[in-house]
Amino acid sequence: MKRIFIKLTCLFLLSMYLQAGAVAAVLPEDRADALYHSYDGGDVEVTGPSILVRKSFGQSVSMSANYYTDSVTSASIDVIATGASEYTEDRTQYSVSGDYLHGNVIMSASYTNSDENDYEGNTASFSISQDLFGDLTNVSIGYAVGWDTVMDNTDDTFSEDVDRQTFHVGLSQIITKDFIMGANLEVITDEGFLNNPYRSVRYLNTSGGYSYQKEIYPSTRTSTAFSLTGKYYLPYRAALGGSYRFFNDDWNITAHTFEVNYVHPWHDVIFEAKFRYYTQSQADFYSDLFPFMDSQNFMGRDKELSDYTSSTFGIGASYAFAENGFGFIEKGTINGAVDFVSFDYNNFRDARVNVVTPGTEPLYSFNATVIRLFVSIWY
Amino acid sequence: MRIVSLLAFLSLLTACGVEPWVKPYERAHIADPIMSFSRDPVSDAYLQHVHEAREAARGAEGSSGGGCGCN
Repeated sequence: MKRIFIKLTCLFLLSMYLQAGAVAAVLPEDRADALYHSYDGGDVEVTGPSILVRKSFGQSVSMSANYYTDSVTSASIDVIATGASEYTEDRTQYSVSGDYLHGNVIMSASYTNSDENDYEGNTASFSISQDLFGDLTNVSIGYAVGWDTVMDNTDDTFSEDVDRQTFHVGLSQIITKDFIMGANLEVITDEGFLNNPYRSVRYLNTSGGYSYQKEIYPSTRTSTAFSLTGKYYLPYRAALGGSYRFFNDDWNITAHTFEVNYVHPWHDVIFEAKFRYYTQSQADFYSDLFPFMDSQNFMGRDKELSDYTSSTFGIGASYAFAENGFGFIEKGTINGAVDFVSFDYNNFRDARVNVVTPGTEPLYSFNATVIRLFVSIWY
Repeated sequence: MRIVSLLAFLSLLTACGVEPWVKPYERAHIADPIMSFSRDPVSDAYLQHVHEAREAARGAEGSSGGGCGCN
Protein backbone atom coordinates (compact mmCIF):
# COMPACT_ATOMS: atom_id res chain seq x y z
CA MET A 1 0.00 0.00 0.00
CA LYS A 2 2.75 2.42 1.09
CA ARG A 3 4.97 1.56 -1.90
CA ILE A 4 2.13 2.10 -4.39
CA PHE A 5 1.31 5.39 -2.71
CA ILE A 6 4.92 6.61 -2.97
CA LYS A 7 5.13 5.51 -6.61
CA LEU A 8 1.89 7.28 -7.50
CA THR A 9 3.03 10.38 -5.63
CA CYS A 10 6.28 10.53 -7.63
CA LEU A 11 4.42 10.11 -10.93
CA PHE A 12 1.85 12.70 -9.94
CA LEU A 13 4.54 15.22 -8.96
CA LEU A 14 6.43 14.61 -12.18
CA SER A 15 3.36 15.01 -14.36
CA MET A 16 2.44 18.17 -12.47
CA TYR A 17 5.93 19.54 -13.03
CA LEU A 18 5.69 18.78 -16.74
CA GLN A 19 2.31 20.45 -17.10
CA ALA A 20 2.64 23.38 -14.67
CA GLY A 21 2.31 26.88 -15.92
CA ALA A 22 -0.75 27.01 -18.16
CA VAL A 23 -3.30 28.32 -15.67
CA ALA A 24 -2.49 30.12 -12.44
CA ALA A 25 -3.72 28.71 -9.14
CA VAL A 26 -4.28 31.17 -6.31
CA LEU A 27 -2.59 31.36 -2.91
CA PRO A 28 -4.80 31.75 0.19
CA GLU A 29 -5.78 35.34 1.01
CA ASP A 30 -3.84 37.41 3.56
CA ARG A 31 -5.94 37.43 6.70
CA ALA A 32 -5.79 37.31 10.48
CA ASP A 33 -8.27 35.61 12.82
CA ALA A 34 -8.65 35.87 16.59
CA LEU A 35 -10.96 33.21 18.02
CA TYR A 36 -12.29 32.44 21.48
CA HIS A 37 -13.56 28.89 21.86
CA SER A 38 -15.55 27.17 24.57
CA TYR A 39 -16.65 23.56 25.06
CA ASP A 40 -18.91 22.74 27.99
CA GLY A 41 -20.38 19.29 28.44
CA GLY A 42 -20.10 16.07 30.46
CA ASP A 43 -18.62 18.05 33.42
CA VAL A 44 -15.73 19.14 31.21
CA GLU A 45 -14.98 22.76 30.31
CA VAL A 46 -12.38 23.63 27.68
CA THR A 47 -11.79 27.26 26.72
CA GLY A 48 -9.05 29.30 25.10
CA PRO A 49 -7.95 31.48 22.23
CA SER A 50 -6.72 30.67 18.75
CA ILE A 51 -4.83 33.26 16.72
CA LEU A 52 -4.13 32.65 13.03
CA VAL A 53 -2.14 35.04 10.83
CA ARG A 54 -1.46 34.52 7.13
CA LYS A 55 0.73 36.73 4.95
CA SER A 56 2.01 36.39 1.41
CA PHE A 57 5.52 37.37 0.31
CA GLY A 58 5.79 38.28 -3.35
CA GLN A 59 3.62 36.47 -5.88
CA SER A 60 4.43 32.89 -4.99
CA VAL A 61 4.91 32.44 -1.25
CA SER A 62 2.37 32.54 1.58
CA MET A 63 3.16 31.82 5.24
CA SER A 64 0.87 31.29 8.20
CA ALA A 65 1.28 30.92 11.95
CA ASN A 66 -1.21 29.71 14.54
CA TYR A 67 -1.22 29.92 18.34
CA TYR A 68 -3.85 27.86 20.11
CA THR A 69 -4.57 26.94 23.72
CA ASP A 70 -6.99 24.68 25.58
CA SER A 71 -7.60 25.39 29.26
CA VAL A 72 -9.25 22.26 30.61
CA THR A 73 -11.26 21.81 33.82
CA SER A 74 -12.50 18.27 34.06
CA ALA A 75 -14.60 16.26 36.47
CA SER A 76 -15.74 13.94 33.68
CA ILE A 77 -17.27 10.54 34.27
CA ASP A 78 -13.90 8.95 33.35
CA VAL A 79 -12.21 10.89 36.16
CA ILE A 80 -14.87 10.62 38.86
CA ALA A 81 -15.93 6.98 38.34
CA THR A 82 -12.42 5.73 39.11
CA GLY A 83 -12.16 7.77 42.31
CA ALA A 84 -9.96 10.61 41.03
CA SER A 85 -10.88 14.25 41.61
CA GLU A 86 -11.41 17.25 39.34
CA TYR A 87 -8.26 18.50 37.64
CA THR A 88 -7.19 21.44 35.50
CA GLU A 89 -4.55 21.54 32.78
CA ASP A 90 -3.48 23.61 29.78
CA ARG A 91 -2.50 22.60 26.28
CA THR A 92 -0.60 24.97 24.01
CA GLN A 93 -0.18 24.42 20.30
CA TYR A 94 1.98 26.30 17.79
CA SER A 95 1.79 25.76 14.03
CA VAL A 96 3.66 27.27 11.11
CA SER A 97 3.03 26.59 7.46
CA GLY A 98 4.26 27.74 4.08
CA ASP A 99 2.72 27.56 0.60
CA TYR A 100 4.68 27.88 -2.62
CA LEU A 101 2.87 28.62 -5.88
CA HIS A 102 4.34 27.50 -9.21
CA GLY A 103 2.01 27.85 -12.18
CA ASN A 104 -1.10 25.90 -11.30
CA VAL A 105 0.62 23.91 -8.55
CA ILE A 106 0.71 24.78 -4.85
CA MET A 107 3.18 22.99 -2.59
CA SER A 108 2.56 23.27 1.15
CA ALA A 109 4.52 22.27 4.22
CA SER A 110 3.62 22.65 7.89
CA TYR A 111 4.86 21.86 11.37
CA THR A 112 2.76 21.67 14.54
CA ASN A 113 3.86 21.28 18.14
CA SER A 114 1.39 20.60 20.92
CA ASP A 115 2.45 20.66 24.55
CA GLU A 116 0.72 19.79 27.81
CA ASN A 117 2.18 18.61 31.10
CA ASP A 118 1.67 14.93 30.26
CA TYR A 119 1.63 14.82 26.45
CA GLU A 120 3.74 16.28 23.67
CA GLY A 121 2.70 16.00 20.03
CA ASN A 122 4.59 16.89 16.86
CA THR A 123 3.34 16.76 13.28
CA ALA A 124 5.13 17.66 10.05
CA SER A 125 3.22 17.57 6.78
CA PHE A 126 3.77 18.08 3.08
CA SER A 127 1.12 18.36 0.39
CA ILE A 128 0.84 19.35 -3.23
CA SER A 129 -2.23 20.39 -5.19
CA GLN A 130 -2.91 21.22 -8.79
CA ASP A 131 -5.75 22.80 -10.76
CA LEU A 132 -6.71 20.86 -13.87
CA PHE A 133 -9.13 21.11 -16.80
CA GLY A 134 -9.29 24.91 -16.91
CA ASP A 135 -9.51 25.05 -13.09
CA LEU A 136 -12.64 22.87 -12.94
CA THR A 137 -10.76 20.22 -10.98
CA ASN A 138 -8.31 20.43 -8.11
CA VAL A 139 -6.32 17.38 -7.08
CA SER A 140 -4.25 17.22 -3.91
CA ILE A 141 -2.03 14.63 -2.32
CA GLY A 142 -0.38 14.81 1.07
CA TYR A 143 1.74 13.03 3.65
CA ALA A 144 2.20 13.79 7.35
CA VAL A 145 4.40 12.26 10.00
CA GLY A 146 3.76 12.58 13.72
CA TRP A 147 5.85 11.75 16.76
CA ASP A 148 4.33 12.08 20.21
CA THR A 149 5.43 11.42 23.78
CA VAL A 150 2.92 10.17 26.34
CA MET A 151 3.64 10.89 30.01
CA ASP A 152 1.86 10.27 33.31
CA ASN A 153 1.51 12.92 36.03
CA THR A 154 1.35 10.24 38.71
CA ASP A 155 4.54 8.47 37.58
CA ASP A 156 7.66 10.50 36.71
CA THR A 157 9.34 7.45 35.19
CA PHE A 158 6.56 6.83 32.65
CA SER A 159 7.33 7.98 29.10
CA GLU A 160 6.14 6.23 25.95
CA ASP A 161 6.22 7.14 22.25
CA VAL A 162 3.60 7.20 19.53
CA ASP A 163 4.53 7.44 15.83
CA ARG A 164 1.96 8.33 13.22
CA GLN A 165 1.83 8.51 9.43
CA THR A 166 -0.98 10.05 7.38
CA PHE A 167 -1.61 9.69 3.65
CA HIS A 168 -4.18 11.90 2.01
CA VAL A 169 -5.67 12.27 -1.48
CA GLY A 170 -8.27 14.93 -2.26
CA LEU A 171 -10.30 16.02 -5.24
CA SER A 172 -12.62 18.97 -5.72
CA GLN A 173 -14.68 19.22 -8.87
CA ILE A 174 -16.92 21.93 -10.31
CA ILE A 175 -19.86 19.94 -11.69
CA THR A 176 -22.08 22.78 -12.97
CA LYS A 177 -22.05 26.56 -12.53
CA ASP A 178 -24.08 26.03 -9.31
CA PHE A 179 -22.71 22.75 -7.97
CA ILE A 180 -19.31 21.76 -6.60
CA MET A 181 -18.22 18.46 -5.09
CA GLY A 182 -15.25 17.23 -3.10
CA ALA A 183 -13.86 13.78 -2.25
CA ASN A 184 -11.19 12.91 0.30
CA LEU A 185 -9.41 9.69 1.22
CA GLU A 186 -7.17 9.54 4.28
CA VAL A 187 -5.25 6.60 5.70
CA ILE A 188 -3.69 7.00 9.15
CA THR A 189 -1.44 4.49 10.86
CA ASP A 190 -0.23 4.70 14.48
CA GLU A 191 2.33 2.73 16.38
CA GLY A 192 3.22 2.97 20.07
CA PHE A 193 1.41 3.59 23.34
CA LEU A 194 -2.10 4.32 22.11
CA ASN A 195 -4.18 4.25 25.28
CA ASN A 196 -4.70 6.89 27.91
CA PRO A 197 -2.45 6.04 30.91
CA TYR A 198 -5.08 7.27 33.38
CA ARG A 199 -8.01 5.25 32.18
CA SER A 200 -9.13 1.88 33.49
CA VAL A 201 -11.47 -0.96 32.63
CA ARG A 202 -13.81 -2.50 35.16
CA TYR A 203 -14.31 -6.21 35.72
CA LEU A 204 -16.51 -8.38 37.92
CA ASN A 205 -14.71 -9.39 41.10
CA THR A 206 -15.21 -12.51 43.18
CA SER A 207 -17.37 -10.75 45.77
CA GLY A 208 -20.11 -9.86 43.27
CA GLY A 209 -19.04 -6.28 42.77
CA TYR A 210 -16.58 -4.80 40.32
CA SER A 211 -12.98 -3.57 40.42
CA TYR A 212 -10.74 -1.58 38.07
CA GLN A 213 -7.51 -2.41 36.25
CA LYS A 214 -5.44 -0.43 33.72
CA GLU A 215 -6.52 -0.45 30.08
CA ILE A 216 -4.41 -2.44 27.61
CA TYR A 217 -4.62 -1.34 23.97
CA PRO A 218 -2.99 -2.86 20.88
CA SER A 219 0.20 -1.00 19.94
CA THR A 220 -0.82 -0.40 16.32
CA ARG A 221 -3.85 1.08 14.64
CA THR A 222 -4.60 1.74 10.96
CA SER A 223 -7.68 3.61 9.84
CA THR A 224 -9.22 4.61 6.53
CA ALA A 225 -11.67 7.47 6.03
CA PHE A 226 -13.42 8.45 2.83
CA SER A 227 -15.64 11.48 2.48
CA LEU A 228 -17.86 13.05 -0.15
CA THR A 229 -18.93 16.68 0.10
CA GLY A 230 -21.22 18.75 -2.10
CA LYS A 231 -22.46 22.31 -2.19
CA TYR A 232 -25.24 23.73 -4.31
CA TYR A 233 -25.98 27.41 -5.05
CA LEU A 234 -29.72 27.95 -4.75
CA PRO A 235 -31.71 30.08 -7.24
CA TYR A 236 -31.64 32.97 -4.72
CA ARG A 237 -28.28 33.81 -3.09
CA ALA A 238 -27.94 30.96 -0.60
CA ALA A 239 -26.04 27.66 -0.44
CA LEU A 240 -27.11 24.16 0.56
CA GLY A 241 -24.34 21.76 1.51
CA GLY A 242 -24.10 18.11 2.47
CA SER A 243 -21.40 15.60 3.33
CA TYR A 244 -20.93 11.97 4.22
CA ARG A 245 -17.86 10.24 5.67
CA PHE A 246 -17.22 6.53 6.00
CA PHE A 247 -14.63 5.41 8.54
CA ASN A 248 -13.17 2.02 9.37
CA ASP A 249 -10.14 0.83 11.32
CA ASP A 250 -8.42 -2.43 12.23
CA TRP A 251 -9.86 -2.25 15.75
CA ASN A 252 -13.12 -2.99 13.94
CA ILE A 253 -14.68 0.40 14.54
CA THR A 254 -16.93 1.56 11.71
CA ALA A 255 -18.34 5.07 11.75
CA HIS A 256 -20.63 7.15 9.57
CA THR A 257 -20.86 10.93 9.63
CA PHE A 258 -23.63 12.88 7.89
CA GLU A 259 -23.98 16.64 7.71
CA VAL A 260 -26.32 19.08 6.00
CA ASN A 261 -25.82 22.83 6.18
CA TYR A 262 -27.51 25.92 4.85
CA VAL A 263 -25.89 29.35 4.34
CA HIS A 264 -28.10 32.40 3.87
CA PRO A 265 -26.75 35.96 3.43
CA TRP A 266 -28.98 38.84 4.51
CA HIS A 267 -27.67 42.41 4.07
CA ASP A 268 -24.23 42.47 5.78
CA VAL A 269 -24.80 39.24 7.70
CA ILE A 270 -24.30 35.64 6.60
CA PHE A 271 -26.41 33.20 8.61
CA GLU A 272 -25.60 29.52 8.76
CA ALA A 273 -27.37 26.46 10.18
CA LYS A 274 -26.28 22.84 10.21
CA PHE A 275 -27.22 19.40 11.44
CA ARG A 276 -24.59 16.72 11.94
CA TYR A 277 -25.19 13.08 12.83
CA TYR A 278 -22.40 10.72 13.88
CA THR A 279 -22.60 7.02 14.69
CA GLN A 280 -19.92 4.43 15.42
CA SER A 281 -19.64 0.77 16.37
CA GLN A 282 -17.44 -0.35 19.24
CA ALA A 283 -13.85 -1.61 19.13
CA ASP A 284 -13.23 -5.37 19.24
CA PHE A 285 -11.60 -5.14 22.67
CA TYR A 286 -14.13 -2.75 24.24
CA SER A 287 -16.40 -3.81 27.05
CA ASP A 288 -18.27 -1.85 29.69
CA LEU A 289 -17.75 -4.67 32.18
CA PHE A 290 -15.26 -7.50 31.68
CA PRO A 291 -16.14 -10.90 33.23
CA PHE A 292 -12.92 -11.17 35.28
CA MET A 293 -9.47 -9.62 35.69
CA ASP A 294 -7.12 -9.94 32.69
CA SER A 295 -9.90 -11.65 30.76
CA GLN A 296 -8.47 -10.53 27.38
CA ASN A 297 -5.10 -9.60 25.89
CA PHE A 298 -6.47 -6.16 25.02
CA MET A 299 -9.04 -4.41 27.16
CA GLY A 300 -10.55 -0.95 26.76
CA ARG A 301 -13.43 0.94 28.36
CA ASP A 302 -12.93 4.38 26.79
CA LYS A 303 -16.37 5.66 25.92
CA GLU A 304 -14.80 6.97 22.71
CA LEU A 305 -14.36 3.31 21.67
CA SER A 306 -17.91 2.24 22.54
CA ASP A 307 -21.00 2.03 20.36
CA TYR A 308 -22.62 5.47 20.36
CA THR A 309 -24.30 8.24 18.37
CA SER A 310 -24.10 12.00 18.57
CA SER A 311 -26.31 14.66 17.04
CA THR A 312 -25.32 18.28 16.56
CA PHE A 313 -27.47 21.26 15.73
CA GLY A 314 -25.47 24.40 15.01
CA ILE A 315 -26.22 28.00 14.10
CA GLY A 316 -23.88 30.87 13.28
CA ALA A 317 -23.74 34.41 11.97
CA SER A 318 -21.02 36.48 10.34
CA TYR A 319 -21.28 40.27 10.16
CA ALA A 320 -19.15 42.06 7.54
CA PHE A 321 -17.59 45.44 8.39
CA ALA A 322 -15.22 47.84 6.60
CA GLU A 323 -16.28 46.34 3.30
CA ASN A 324 -14.78 49.30 1.44
CA GLY A 325 -11.56 49.16 3.40
CA PHE A 326 -10.32 50.96 6.52
CA GLY A 327 -6.64 51.90 6.75
CA PHE A 328 -4.63 48.76 5.88
CA ILE A 329 -7.74 46.57 6.32
CA GLU A 330 -9.49 45.51 3.12
CA LYS A 331 -12.50 44.06 4.93
CA GLY A 332 -13.44 42.33 8.16
CA THR A 333 -16.01 40.06 9.79
CA ILE A 334 -17.30 39.51 13.33
CA ASN A 335 -18.48 35.96 13.80
CA GLY A 336 -20.35 33.86 16.34
CA ALA A 337 -21.44 30.23 16.22
CA VAL A 338 -22.88 27.78 18.71
CA ASP A 339 -23.28 24.02 18.42
CA PHE A 340 -25.56 21.94 20.65
CA VAL A 341 -24.39 18.34 20.80
CA SER A 342 -26.04 15.32 22.40
CA PHE A 343 -24.07 12.11 23.00
CA ASP A 344 -25.93 8.83 23.57
CA TYR A 345 -23.88 5.76 24.47
CA ASN A 346 -25.31 2.33 23.73
CA ASN A 347 -22.82 0.24 25.73
CA PHE A 348 -21.18 2.58 28.24
CA ARG A 349 -22.90 2.68 31.61
CA ASP A 350 -22.82 5.37 34.28
CA ALA A 351 -20.68 3.65 36.92
CA ARG A 352 -21.22 6.61 39.29
CA VAL A 353 -24.69 5.18 39.98
CA ASN A 354 -24.81 2.52 42.69
CA VAL A 355 -26.80 -0.57 41.77
CA VAL A 356 -27.04 -4.06 43.27
CA THR A 357 -25.98 -5.87 40.09
CA PRO A 358 -22.98 -4.43 38.21
CA GLY A 359 -23.77 -3.91 34.54
CA THR A 360 -27.33 -2.69 35.17
CA GLU A 361 -26.43 0.98 35.68
CA PRO A 362 -28.21 3.42 33.33
CA LEU A 363 -26.57 4.00 29.94
CA TYR A 364 -24.55 7.22 29.90
CA SER A 365 -25.56 10.27 27.87
CA PHE A 366 -24.75 13.97 28.05
CA ASN A 367 -25.18 17.26 26.21
CA ALA A 368 -22.46 19.72 25.26
CA THR A 369 -22.41 23.31 24.04
CA VAL A 370 -19.60 24.44 21.73
CA ILE A 371 -19.12 28.19 21.20
CA ARG A 372 -16.88 30.02 18.73
CA LEU A 373 -16.53 33.81 18.73
CA PHE A 374 -14.02 35.34 16.36
CA VAL A 375 -12.95 38.40 14.43
CA SER A 376 -11.35 38.14 10.98
CA ILE A 377 -9.63 40.85 8.97
CA TRP A 378 -8.28 40.73 5.43
CA TYR A 379 -5.40 43.02 4.41
CA MET B 1 6.42 -0.02 -19.19
CA ARG B 2 3.44 0.22 -16.86
CA ILE B 3 5.03 3.25 -15.19
CA VAL B 4 5.56 4.95 -18.56
CA SER B 5 1.91 4.28 -19.50
CA LEU B 6 0.70 5.64 -16.17
CA LEU B 7 2.89 8.72 -16.56
CA ALA B 8 1.54 9.29 -20.06
CA PHE B 9 -2.02 8.91 -18.75
CA LEU B 10 -1.42 11.38 -15.92
CA SER B 11 0.21 13.83 -18.32
CA LEU B 12 -2.84 13.57 -20.56
CA LEU B 13 -5.09 14.20 -17.60
CA THR B 14 -3.19 17.30 -16.62
CA ALA B 15 -2.92 18.63 -20.16
CA CYS B 16 -5.14 21.51 -21.16
CA GLY B 17 -6.82 19.61 -23.98
CA VAL B 18 -10.08 19.16 -22.04
CA GLU B 19 -12.54 21.94 -22.78
CA PRO B 20 -13.92 23.29 -19.48
CA TRP B 21 -17.69 22.77 -19.54
CA VAL B 22 -18.23 25.58 -17.02
CA LYS B 23 -16.60 28.66 -18.57
CA PRO B 24 -14.64 31.07 -16.36
CA TYR B 25 -17.34 33.75 -16.84
CA GLU B 26 -19.97 31.28 -15.57
CA ARG B 27 -18.29 30.77 -12.18
CA ALA B 28 -19.68 33.76 -10.25
CA HIS B 29 -21.85 31.49 -8.08
CA ILE B 30 -19.06 28.97 -7.43
CA ALA B 31 -16.69 31.83 -6.49
CA ASP B 32 -19.15 33.30 -3.97
CA PRO B 33 -17.68 32.89 -0.44
CA ILE B 34 -20.89 31.19 0.72
CA MET B 35 -19.95 28.27 -1.59
CA SER B 36 -16.59 27.68 0.10
CA PHE B 37 -16.10 24.28 1.78
CA SER B 38 -14.03 26.03 4.49
CA ARG B 39 -14.77 29.73 4.79
CA ASP B 40 -13.01 30.21 8.12
CA PRO B 41 -9.96 27.95 8.65
CA VAL B 42 -9.41 28.88 12.31
CA SER B 43 -12.99 27.96 13.21
CA ASP B 44 -13.03 24.77 11.14
CA ALA B 45 -9.72 23.55 12.60
CA TYR B 46 -11.14 24.03 16.11
CA LEU B 47 -14.32 22.08 15.33
CA GLN B 48 -12.25 19.31 13.79
CA HIS B 49 -10.25 19.09 17.03
CA VAL B 50 -13.49 18.93 19.06
CA HIS B 51 -14.68 15.99 16.95
CA GLU B 52 -11.35 14.13 16.94
CA ALA B 53 -11.02 14.34 20.73
CA ARG B 54 -14.41 12.67 21.27
CA GLU B 55 -14.91 10.35 18.31
CA ALA B 56 -13.02 7.26 17.20
CA ALA B 57 -13.33 8.35 13.56
CA ARG B 58 -10.60 10.59 12.19
CA GLY B 59 -9.36 11.88 8.85
CA ALA B 60 -10.76 13.03 5.52
CA GLU B 61 -11.97 16.26 7.12
CA GLY B 62 -9.28 18.73 6.03
CA SER B 63 -6.46 20.25 8.08
CA SER B 64 -4.42 18.36 10.68
CA GLY B 65 -3.53 19.04 14.28
CA GLY B 66 -1.79 17.48 17.24
CA GLY B 67 -2.34 16.66 20.89
CA CYS B 68 -5.44 15.66 22.73
CA GLY B 69 -6.71 17.81 25.62
CA CYS B 70 -9.53 15.31 25.97
CA ASN B 71 -9.31 13.47 29.31
